[in-house]
Amino acid sequence: MSRSVKKGPFIEKSLYKKIIEMSKVAGDRKMVKTFSRTSTIIPEMVGMTISVYNGKTWIPVYVTENLVGHKLGEFAPTRVFRGHAGSDKKAEKK
Amino acid sequence: MARIAGVDLPNKHVEVALTYIFGLGRSSARKICEATKVEPNKKMNDLSNEELAELRKIIENDYKVEGRLRSETALNIKRLMDIGCYRGLRHRRGLPVNGQRTRTNARTRKGKRKTVANKKKAV
Repeated sequence: MSRSVKKGPFIEKSLYKKIIEMSKVAGDRKMVKTFSRTSTIIPEMVGMTISVYNGKTWIPVYVTENLVGHKLGEFAPTRVFRGHAGSDKKAEKK
Repeated sequence: MARIAGVDLPNKHVEVALTYIFGLGRSSARKICEATKVEPNKKMNDLSNEELAELRKIIENDYKVEGRLRSETALNIKRLMDIGCYRGLRHRRGLPVNGQRTRTNARTRKGKRKTVANKKKAV
């Protein structure tokens, strides 16, 4: 079931504050680091690069218009699949 | 044979025959019958030309079917793949998208089983 419209999109408050401040200053383009993978991408973030934690490192996510409405975590995969043991042929191709 | 939305419909009850169109199931077929005042359990071949035209009109205008529906879903999937989000990655790899387990099952997405030989033990 989708989230009630009344509440508006979910976004971590601290992250929201940072985003709003940054969107006011046009030229300043520092990277925002965040652990908040569940935060929704809002229109104010368009054009920013946000570093999203994947449990190990921060993955830079460049936000474009069509990412709006998705969650930040969707763009920072948490698992790395290196292939199964023995299937070396496939691994070499990459 | 009646042709609606580029599909040949068999001589069955209208309610059933309409479901041969991609994008229409029993419930939307019933709604169409209601809106066009066509008996749902009339056979397709017994329909008058006016009734057929009526059906065509409503399907054409109010429903997304066949090619247009297919291209829309394909576009939605392509969008997911292009923005590089998790669901898009799953589509690319041909794995289940909605968080299902893949240790077993998931054969619909993964296709036929590909057996891998056991790794030889070191002597």
